[in-house]
Amino acid sequence: MKNKYSIFSLIKNAFSYHENWQRAWRDPEPKKEYDAIIIGGGGHGLATAFYLAKKHNMTNIAVVEKSWIGGGNTGRNTTIIRSNYLWDASAGLYDHALKIWEGLSQELNYNVMFSQRGVMNLAHNLQDVRDLKRRTHANRLNGIDAVWLNTEEVKKFCPIINTSPDIRYPVLGGTLQKRAGTARHDAVAWGYARGADAMGVDIIQNCEVKGIKRNGDRVEGIETTRGFIKTKKIGVVAAGHSSVIANMADLKLPLESKPLQALVSEPVKPIIDTVVMSNAVHAYVSQSDKGELVIGAGTDAYVSYTQRGSHDVVEGTLKAILELYPIFSRMKMLRQWGGIVDICPDASPIISKTHIKGLYFNCGWGTGGFKATPGSGDLFAHTIANDEPHKLNADFNINRFVSGDLVDEHGAAAVAH
Amino acid sequence: MFLINCPYCGERDQSEFSAGGEAHIIRPKQPTELSDDQWAEYLFMRKNIKGVQFERWNHAHGCRKWFNMVRDTSNDKIHAVYKMGEKPPIK
Repeated sequence: MKNKYSIFSLIKNAFSYHENWQRAWRDPEPKKEYDAIIIGGGGHGLATAFYLAKKHNMTNIAVVEKSWIGGGNTGRNTTIIRSNYLWDASAGLYDHALKIWEGLSQELNYNVMFSQRGVMNLAHNLQDVRDLKRRTHANRLNGIDAVWLNTEEVKKFCPIINTSPDIRYPVLGGTLQKRAGTARHDAVAWGYARGADAMGVDIIQNCEVKGIKRNGDRVEGIETTRGFIKTKKIGVVAAGHSSVIANMADLKLPLESKPLQALVSEPVKPIIDTVVMSNAVHAYVSQSDKGELVIGAGTDAYVSYTQRGSHDVVEGTLKAILELYPIFSRMKMLRQWGGIVDICPDASPIISKTHIKGLYFNCGWGTGGFKATPGSGDLFAHTIANDEPHKLNADFNINRFVSGDLVDEHGAAAVAH
Repeated sequence: MFLINCPYCGERDQSEFSAGGEAHIIRPKQPTELSDDQWAEYLFMRKNIKGVQFERWNHAHGCRKWFNMVRDTSNDKIHAVYKMGEKPPIK
């Protein structure tokens, strides 16, 4: 049993100079067989394992991760959480996640530093205004909080924005979701890992999947760098590498993997207390608790698995940032990095079983998966445990690309994907 | 972030080009006779290879011509560039 984190455990450990904290999760050797194996130890994969154990009593399971947990896109995103999506299916999916976020630190007994500082999406032309107003109405019909702000209200909410009418892309207004915000991305992975481990889930790091063993139309196990592991159910949550795993099972997915970049500035005193996103000029910015500006850029247009991305993409984003926030003109950028995002043709995820029995995929989150982490894990766990989707992820099946019943969130989702 | 040797203009920065995705996907000759599965395969399903991939590029801010390229997507190294209609120089 794990020690509970509390003010008392903090005081107690202070007396021993914080040298005797119990390790948060074990480092087990893989067993010969599990009831289910999750491929991918990011936030979504760990959350899936956590909810499989907690809600479906599947504790003889493992998460296999090729490097260390949370080292992929979980540790590379800009930590924005919101649920202001246009279509009913997406609104249901993302708001389910947001509701779990609201109680997640308590549920995990781990501070994920969820901060409902609001997310504001800016409009820069008449079409933006119409689209964003329409989305505000759609959100409210789905029970999601959303308000339209005019230019003065935008300026009042975030005073450092340049609302001058003579800039290249003037701010004509924006939408605000107050329940939205940010969370500490690493803590999400660590919290879920600790919670899953406490219920008996084996988290196996430095274990790369090399093959999927099939017997006809069902799976039998996985070949890994640490040997063969037998299982009847495999949940793949490999983000940018989903197609690589799918190819091992002779399955093709409608995905393209592209680098998505982010960068942070030198730390400064508090200057922006919300998250501001702009679709038209593709720039979004928030400030971390350390004081760094966290800036998200766009994806490169070509398939690549190199975690870096092109300079011109970052340059375009910073141009937009500078016009919207002239105050940042002398900020120095400290670090820049890329993550590989798997993008679906309709910019919506796939949380689905496949025609191969026992093989499930949770992928296609593209540029916006972090916000959905708890909901994605919960719904994927339901899908794996029952071999049937939950009603909230039924529309996100893989067959929609055959039936044509797409959930087209390109642009509609408040920010371009 | 790399240089591309356009078969018409020579070596230019990648930012001058736009990517056209996987190459050698043949448009169906009789679209009306295709099943939904076959349409999905043609329209949406991609190999999305980590490694050597055959792809189409367009010199959008140059000669505006389309051509094919062989690139390793794991390190962005370009192995070959060839014109539309030509056989790939490597397998």
